[in-house]
Amino acid sequence: MSGTTTVARKRGTGKTLLEPTGKETAGKYRAPKLEIPVAPERDHIEGLVNASLTLVEYGDYQCPYCGAAYPEVKRVQKELGSELRFVFRNFPLTNIHEHAMNAAETAEAASAQGKFWPMHDFLYENQATLGDPRVALGYAKKLDLDGQKFEREIAQHVYQKRIKDDFMGGVRSGVNGTPTFYVNGVRHDEDAVAKALIEALNQNK
Amino acid sequence: MLCNVNSFQGRGGAPLKASLMQRGKRRRMRKLDNKATARNRPQKPSKTKKIVKTVDSVLGPGKTAPNFSLNSTPDQKVSLNDFRGQPVILAFYPADWSPVCTDQLSLYAMVMPEFKKFNAELLAISVDNIWSHLAFVKDRKLNFPVLADFEPKGVVSRKYGAYKEKIGESARALFVIDDKGIIRWSHLSPDGINPGADGILSALENLSKAPVTEKS
Repeated sequence: MSGTTTVARKRGTGKTLLEPTGKETAGKYRAPKLEIPVAPERDHIEGLVNASLTLVEYGDYQCPYCGAAYPEVKRVQKELGSELRFVFRNFPLTNIHEHAMNAAETAEAASAQGKFWPMHDFLYENQATLGDPRVALGYAKKLDLDGQKFEREIAQHVYQKRIKDDFMGGVRSGVNGTPTFYVNGVRHDEDAVAKALIEALNQNK
Repeated sequence: MLCNVNSFQGRGGAPLKASLMQRGKRRRMRKLDNKATARNRPQKPSKTKKIVKTVDSVLGPGKTAPNFSLNSTPDQKVSLNDFRGQPVILAFYPADWSPVCTDQLSLYAMVMPEFKKFNAELLAISVDNIWSHLAFVKDRKLNFPVLADFEPKGVVSRKYGAYKEKIGESARALFVIDDKGIIRWSHLSPDGINPGADGILSALENLSKAPVTEKS
C-alpha cells in the first residue's frame, strides 16, 4: 500500500515499469497479497488457529459462484485436515445482491452468540431462501440462540460496520469479485475448485 | 451468466461448476492468445528506449493524458478536459456483459465512495456501442460514465496504448490522471485477470500525499 509511483523506466534493464514500486509490471505478474493479516481475535477461523496453511475467502452469501465454491472449500478442508485454517471475511456486493448485507449481518449476529460457522454453512446451503428472514431465525432457534437478541442485532445493523471494514480490507488486498481466495496470503487467480486450491496451498507452504 | 438469484441453479450445481471451470479455461486461452498477439504485432518504434517483450505499450506516468471526447449517452459527450482540476481514473475494459459474477466495473461502483474521498472521477471506456453501455449501466447499477470508443473504433484506446488490435477490444488498462491532466499511474492487467481497485486507491493516495512538479 505504501510505496511511491516513481520509476517510469528502470535504467539499464530496458523494462517498462508502470507500477508503484514493489508491484508487478505487466510482463512480470505477481498476484496481490493479503493486506489485512489474519487476526484470531477478530477473524472467523475454522480449524487450528496456528495451522501451517491458511485459506482466506472473501465471500458474499448471495453470490452463486460463492455457493458453488462452498463445497469446494469443504473438500479442501477435508483433504488437508488439521494442516489448514480457513478464514471467511465478508464481501457483500450490495449493488447487485439485495440480500447479501442482511445475510452477512445474520452470520455475524450468530457469531456474537458463538455460532458463526453453523450459520455460515446454513446460509450457503440454503442460498435460495435468502430474503426470508424467518428461515435463518428458525435455524438460529434450532441452534439455541437468543432469538430476540439475534433479530434485534440484525434489525439495528449492529455488525454493519464490521462487515464494511471487511469489505474495504478486501478492496485494499485486491479482491476483484466474489469469491476471492488468498492462499497463504497471496491472491488465488486460478479456478475456485478444490484441486486448484489444494495444489496452490501445498505449493507455497 | 448474470449474477442474479433467478439465474441461480443451486449450490454446487453442474452449470455453475462448469462455468467456474470455463472461466479458468478461458483465462488460459486468452493468455495464450495474448502471447500470440504480442508476437505478431509490429513493434511501435520507441523514441528513446527499446521496449522489451511487453504488451504494455500503455502510456506511463509523467505523460500528458491525451484528451478525448466520447459519448456517454446517445446525445451527450464527455471530455477528459471537463475534469481538469480533479483526479480522473480511466478504466479501459474489453467488453460489456462479461460472464462473471462481479466484473471489474460492478466492483468499482461499490468502491465509488472511496474514490470520491479523493474527489476523483471515474470514466470507463470500451468499444461497445452506446446502447449496449446504457443497458449494461442499468443492469449493473453503475454510478459513473461509461463511454463508447465505438466510432472510429478504438481510437481513444489506441491513444493510450490500450487497444488489442487482433481481438478488436480495449485492453484492461487503468490510468490515474492528476488534476493537471498528467498520468501519474498506469497499469495493464494480464488478460483474464480483473485488477481490482487496490492499485487505483494506492495511486490516489500517492497523488494526495506527494504532489510532484509537472514534467516539462
